[in-house]
Amino acid sequence: MAAVSGERDAAARLQDAVRAAIAGGTGLRIAGSGSKAQLTEMGAASAADRRSLLLSTAEHSGVLSHRPEELVLTARSGTPLKLLEQTLAHNGQRLPFEPPRFHGGGTLGGAVAAGLSGPGRPWLGAVRDCVLGVELINGLGERLRFGGQVMKNVAGYDLSRLQAGAFGTLGVLLAVSIKLLPAPAVERTLVLELDPAEALAACRRFARSAFPITATCHYQGELRVRLSGAEAAVRWAAQEIGGRVEEAPRFWQSLRDHRHPFFAEASSLWRCSLPPAAQVLPVATQSGEDCLTEWGGALRWWCTRRNPGEVRELVAARGGHALPFDGGFAARQRAGVSPVAARLQSRLREAFDPHGLFNPELGAMDAD
Amino acid sequence: MRRALPADGLLTDPRALKPYETDGLTAIRQVPWLVALPVSESQVRDVLTICREHGVPVVPRGAGTGLSGGARPLADGLVLSLARLNRILEIDLDNCVARVQPGVRNLAISEAVAEHGLYYAPDPSSQIACSIGGNVAENSGGVHCLKYGLTVHNVLGVRLLTFEGDELELGGRGLDTPGYDLLALIMGSEGMLGVVTEVTVKLLPVPPEKRVLLAAFAEVGDAADAVGALIAEGLIPAGLEMMDRLAIQAAEDFVHAGYPRGAGAVLICELDGVAAEVTADLALTRRVLEAHGAFSLRVAEAPEEQARLWLGRKAAFPAVGRLAPDYYCMDGTIPRRALSAVLREISELSVRYGLRVANVFHAGDGNLHPLILYDANQPGELERAEQMGGRILELCVAAGGTVTGEHGVGVEKLDQMCAGSPVRSSSRCIGSRRPSILAGAQSRQGGTGLARCAEVGGMHVHAGRAPFGNLPRF
Repeated sequence: MAAVSGERDAAARLQDAVRAAIAGGTGLRIAGSGSKAQLTEMGAASAADRRSLLLSTAEHSGVLSHRPEELVLTARSGTPLKLLEQTLAHNGQRLPFEPPRFHGGGTLGGAVAAGLSGPGRPWLGAVRDCVLGVELINGLGERLRFGGQVMKNVAGYDLSRLQAGAFGTLGVLLAVSIKLLPAPAVERTLVLELDPAEALAACRRFARSAFPITATCHYQGELRVRLSGAEAAVRWAAQEIGGRVEEAPRFWQSLRDHRHPFFAEASSLWRCSLPPAAQVLPVATQSGEDCLTEWGGALRWWCTRRNPGEVRELVAARGGHALPFDGGFAARQRAGVSPVAARLQSRLREAFDPHGLFNPELGAMDAD
Repeated sequence: MRRALPADGLLTDPRALKPYETDGLTAIRQVPWLVALPVSESQVRDVLTICREHGVPVVPRGAGTGLSGGARPLADGLVLSLARLNRILEIDLDNCVARVQPGVRNLAISEAVAEHGLYYAPDPSSQIACSIGGNVAENSGGVHCLKYGLTVHNVLGVRLLTFEGDELELGGRGLDTPGYDLLALIMGSEGMLGVVTEVTVKLLPVPPEKRVLLAAFAEVGDAADAVGALIAEGLIPAGLEMMDRLAIQAAEDFVHAGYPRGAGAVLICELDGVAAEVTADLALTRRVLEAHGAFSLRVAEAPEEQARLWLGRKAAFPAVGRLAPDYYCMDGTIPRRALSAVLREISELSVRYGLRVANVFHAGDGNLHPLILYDANQPGELERAEQMGGRILELCVAAGGTVTGEHGVGVEKLDQMCAGSPVRSSSRCIGSRRPSILAGAQSRQGGTGLARCAEVGGMHVHAGRAPFGNLPRF
């Protein structure tokens, strides 16, 4: 087993806190490092109105097992992503889903709960693709395990992947087992000068090719393409694709962590998930609109002051959906679905957390 | 019901019902009361409505090739066959997806898009016959899932009907959808949560280069260690399969694929990708295999040569079937590091129970398929085989693995699931006490009384007559 650092087991304390909340009828706001607070803060009318107590998983941290040859890591939920990534880099491995580290923070539990995947998502996998198993405390104060530590496991309903993107509303994550990938031998970034429509066309061609592409980003007339793999394969693809090679190793991290200048200047930011080939979104630069496109076209960050109804319509007309990336992001998640799905979601929530203890502020919010 | 379906769409005659009495798990049989064969989603809806109103349990069925009895009918129930919903509705080359009905065969998708240089990655061994709806129900894998993932990683959306009559559209052509990931929950739910009526699958470009390697080892432990070493080196082969001594001999006697007869184990390794990458990976793979004691290494470049190297592996199940009157096929997954130890313990069990075991399996993902050889005509042998099978699954769990890697729970493994596995809590969490969100639930979970314990079976193959003898099984 790999060296264990930052070892702290607070499971018993967390379980006591959940039991106390059941007894006292108080809600619990679950937080890891608090780095994604800007996505959850709008759930409650104001801090003073909140009746829920903060339940921090930050003290529940440490790598429980990591065997490089298994490509699997199990760690406590409060383990900082920074620490995990260091452990993995030491063994030539990485988290495939490249979770964002807003303000340099982030824990494994928070990354899974938020379900936000980084620039490599279409090629390397999403958070949910990499979750193999979880241990959590449900709303009855019980410790439950779902899934396991192996890639192939069809023993029962897959309730571990369900935790990805549930924003803690189904339980307090205690530990997560994650599928890993070897870090590539070489990474190189190409820059092609293309307008938005040309960039989408290029991405459509790439999707039909065998180029070892692991990320794309189009912004302000430039399409950046990340190639990853064996040196010879990356060199070959770079020649075939053309463009200039950029020496900017931190570019993809800055994009992942929203330190890229686009996010610093963006106000009224919408996160739009679309079929990758969907037609470009209208961008009126004179009225301050802007757009940054990732995932070969499937993720578009749209900065616009149009009214929310119009934004949703324009994105829905292209086969996608849009959510404002603000303090209501987490609270609006379950509102943006069909009535049937909403009913099933409520039943799942009731089954995991019958008293509605976890993150009670999330889930009550309407789409607008 | 007759009015809701085409003239030939409702089977009630005992002779017509007979083929539906079992799926690939032929040890367990039950002739259903009725079989419905709708041709459209609206007919599926009508059938569900009638069954709901009259309290008739429904068991959905795809191609019936499953190996865990997931399509085993109920005596007082209806089998809902989706086989006639078999149209490819749309191929969207811009977004690299195909939208298909649930009865479309897995391989038919890849065949339909081959001219565009695309394919659908998950390739269960029954892919010429199994349906995509069944793949969703079982979260099917295949030989290449080590690199390309399972069904859950390759399906972008489904449409389904719940037993309550609701229509549900999950996912789509984009990648992220808001709210809980119900799409992930549907994958591998064995038809218990709804009836899938449409599936949107991801299409991938066919890799331009492919190489197949065959490496022979003196000892099974060396081959097992080589598997871990390959992964630790940062290689993700497209496929990585293993056979032990008994399986190699059986396959050689049967198809003469040219595997070294004296070997204690062989590894079959497939590498794919762009030419430059495959060349680099091949060199590294060779080094690792040789360092772990591979005494014979063959590399196949031409497709026919590659097919030949795969031949012994793909013929292994029927080949083993020639060694004894019956065999019992197990399915468990273990962490790769435990391969060597678990294989050793299986051979000790083999001695203790006096039954031979051949191992043929997906080594790259630790998915074991021990084949226990026995003779059902010898009193007590079947029971010994089943007991030994139970011990093997216990070994898998003790090693940190699971009781089913890819064949599913179905009716076969309900008991293992009940014995202190996470599933008990999982079914409670999503509501076995709330049958309303479950479609098949009323049929199967409702019917889990004492009767079930007597029905525990397995994939038993007698006299080499595997279910669907013309289907490859590996």
